[in-house]
Amino acid sequence: MPHHSKPKEPDRREFLKKACCVAIGGALGAVPVAAGVGLYLDPLLRKATNSKEGLNVRVTTLDNLPADGTPRQFKVLASQVDAWMKTPETPIGAVYLVRTTDAQKPVRAFNVACPHAGCFVAYVAEIPNYSPETPGYFCPCHNSSFKLDGQIARAGSPAPRGLDELECFVQNENEVWVRYQKFQAGTAEKVPLGA
Amino acid sequence: MIKSFLHWLDQRTGYKKITHEALYENVPGGARWRYVWGSTLTFALVIQFVTGAFLWLAYSASTQTSWESVYYIQNNMFLGWFVRGLHHYTAQAMVVLLVLHLMQVLIDGAYKAPREVNFWTGIILLLLVLGLALTGYLLPWDQKGYWASRVVANIVGITPVVGQDVQKLVVGGSDFGTPTLTRFLAFHAGVLPALIVILLVGHIYLLRRHGLTAKKPLKKPDAPFWPDQVLMDSVACLAVLAAVLFFVIHYHGAELGAPANSAEPYDAARPEWYFLFLYQFLKYFPGETEIIGAIIVPVVIVVFMFAMPFVGRWKLGHRFNIGFVCALLAGAGMLTYLAANEDRHNERYQIAVQQADAAAERVKFLAQNNGGIPPDGALALLANDPLTQGPKLFAANCASCHRYGGTDGLGNKLDDAKETASDLKGFASREWLNGLLNPATVASVHYFGGTKFKDGDMVGFVQDHLKDLAADKQAELKKIIAAVSAEAQLPAQQALDKADAGAIVEGRQILRNDIACVDCHQFQQPDKTAVAPDLTGYGSKEWLVTYLNDPANPRFYGKDNDRMPSFGKDGRLSAQEISVLADWLRGDWAKPSESASP
Repeated sequence: MPHHSKPKEPDRREFLKKACCVAIGGALGAVPVAAGVGLYLDPLLRKATNSKEGLNVRVTTLDNLPADGTPRQFKVLASQVDAWMKTPETPIGAVYLVRTTDAQKPVRAFNVACPHAGCFVAYVAEIPNYSPETPGYFCPCHNSSFKLDGQIARAGSPAPRGLDELECFVQNENEVWVRYQKFQAGTAEKVPLGA
Repeated sequence: MIKSFLHWLDQRTGYKKITHEALYENVPGGARWRYVWGSTLTFALVIQFVTGAFLWLAYSASTQTSWESVYYIQNNMFLGWFVRGLHHYTAQAMVVLLVLHLMQVLIDGAYKAPREVNFWTGIILLLLVLGLALTGYLLPWDQKGYWASRVVANIVGITPVVGQDVQKLVVGGSDFGTPTLTRFLAFHAGVLPALIVILLVGHIYLLRRHGLTAKKPLKKPDAPFWPDQVLMDSVACLAVLAAVLFFVIHYHGAELGAPANSAEPYDAARPEWYFLFLYQFLKYFPGETEIIGAIIVPVVIVVFMFAMPFVGRWKLGHRFNIGFVCALLAGAGMLTYLAANEDRHNERYQIAVQQADAAAERVKFLAQNNGGIPPDGALALLANDPLTQGPKLFAANCASCHRYGGTDGLGNKLDDAKETASDLKGFASREWLNGLLNPATVASVHYFGGTKFKDGDMVGFVQDHLKDLAADKQAELKKIIAAVSAEAQLPAQQALDKADAGAIVEGRQILRNDIACVDCHQFQQPDKTAVAPDLTGYGSKEWLVTYLNDPANPRFYGKDNDRMPSFGKDGRLSAQEISVLADWLRGDWAKPSESASP
């Protein structure tokens, strides 16, 4: 290695001082900022309170569903922990329930959230700008429309998939239960997020 | 490449000139430690802005959510305790640094012409920071902050003419509530910080305009701010941070008391230590003269401080200024000492602090044990907690006749001579029944001694028939006691009851067939001839609740009831209160060791 002449003593001292300033200054800023950012990141580090499998919820009884297959909207009630707050029985979402003629599967359930951007879809007796005239679901935000079976109706609907159907079963004679789940909006695939 | 970009940026922003000016400000006589205080204060303020902004992201201002969100930050959120602790202790460090900065400015004469305006902005900044301290103290909505802030609001209220209106504006109504919190939060996190930033910019601008005031004599040649003074400043800031971190880690964040409750006495109410001198000062102003100590004296002091630059023009005036502030600090120190000393020797205060700590611990445990806080807020947890409410209900409703371990339930010893009904500590436990069925103690004040049953059938029976029992009879009595006590299903006796299940079954058998007991008492089968309290379910939750509701019911004492009020039937206590009281008497409340949740 070629032998460099040593920097002059005062220069080296100046450099050391400046380096110390930068190091200390960095540490001074890093402590509050890192701690604060850590606090902000808390939601990412928190385990989901509900499993992705969803939550079995008793929604209503069969006699509350119109026999002609007209969808009816129901609240989904469950106990909820929202940050510190634990609420015993509170609405966590809503579903459309539809009576069918299929004895194996007498009720179908759909999450009311539009799979496009999550707006609450409305049941309409007639899907706008769609022929043939037929009842279905219509999203008030970006005009996605869905047929009664949840499939996309009007081609060109912004929704990337049909309405999210939920597992639904009848037990104790006439109680209608739904495995309530929410799904990621905006994807063609149905990605469960939990209840 | 980088160089050309920086050149481009400089042409558009002129940052090089600004940086140069900032870093190469001349320091007459070179860098010195005495100049670091302004920088440490700025640093502390930056910590407060950063930590404050992140805390704000998690805080919710309302009477049902303020304490709860702070609880969540402190106990559940990642690094929440650390950020909160940093904010809390840096605030206290700022008060100390403000005093040091002020003293340095005074001693060095940096407040004199032409730096008057800068000095004034400094004083306003000082007042604004104290405003931050006052508003921030309330935000956690715990007992401590709540009661201390009420005192401050009431002091505002005694200001002549406008006081009551101003108080209403500060509080956002006639009493503390959610509007108080939303207002305090807006001032604490928005208005005051914005004013501080504006004034600080002016403060630093004026500092640069007039230059640093060098302390004569100069010991070294002049030097630029960078790097020597910057290094000293950063080392000083590092020391401040280290001191703050020590407290943050030692106390694991900042204290959070029990949630604010206007109906709950709080004898431990004190302001933060740096306002303790003012608190003590007010003790010397009786009655209507409070205004002198609370408003007139502080206002006169602040007004005088504004006049200091003019007083300081004369050499004597300068010395007077320094002497004045030193005297103020000494006085404040003395008052702080007096306040602390008084509290140290005040047993009532010491007990109150212990109770406050216990209540804070309890509510924290209840929240964790419950898996969250109900929407009504944390006070609902405490209101339904037997351990918290039981002693208070007992002291207020039962202790005029009964005792609890010789006390009023809250731990205050009461005179035995005035005990006119039984001591209910351990009611229905084997130990308690042992004393009841003991000829030596049945007529003592702890059982029937103070009641009209002192000469009744039960006492007579115990004294006549249970005296000097043969060994086999003694064994039978033991089984009867175990059986009756098992009726209560006391949580503390669970293991014992389980272990003695056989003896208990035998005891029931003896009790049913032993004519002596069921002569008067009903046990397990309906008995219309019974004249004494039902032993079926004796001491159980259901039994106690029904009993407290109406002891004069035929199932209990009927028309023979002594003076025991029908608490439920007469509407003296609500069903919820009776339930809580019964749970407490039975020792039935959530206990930390039982909680399995992590």
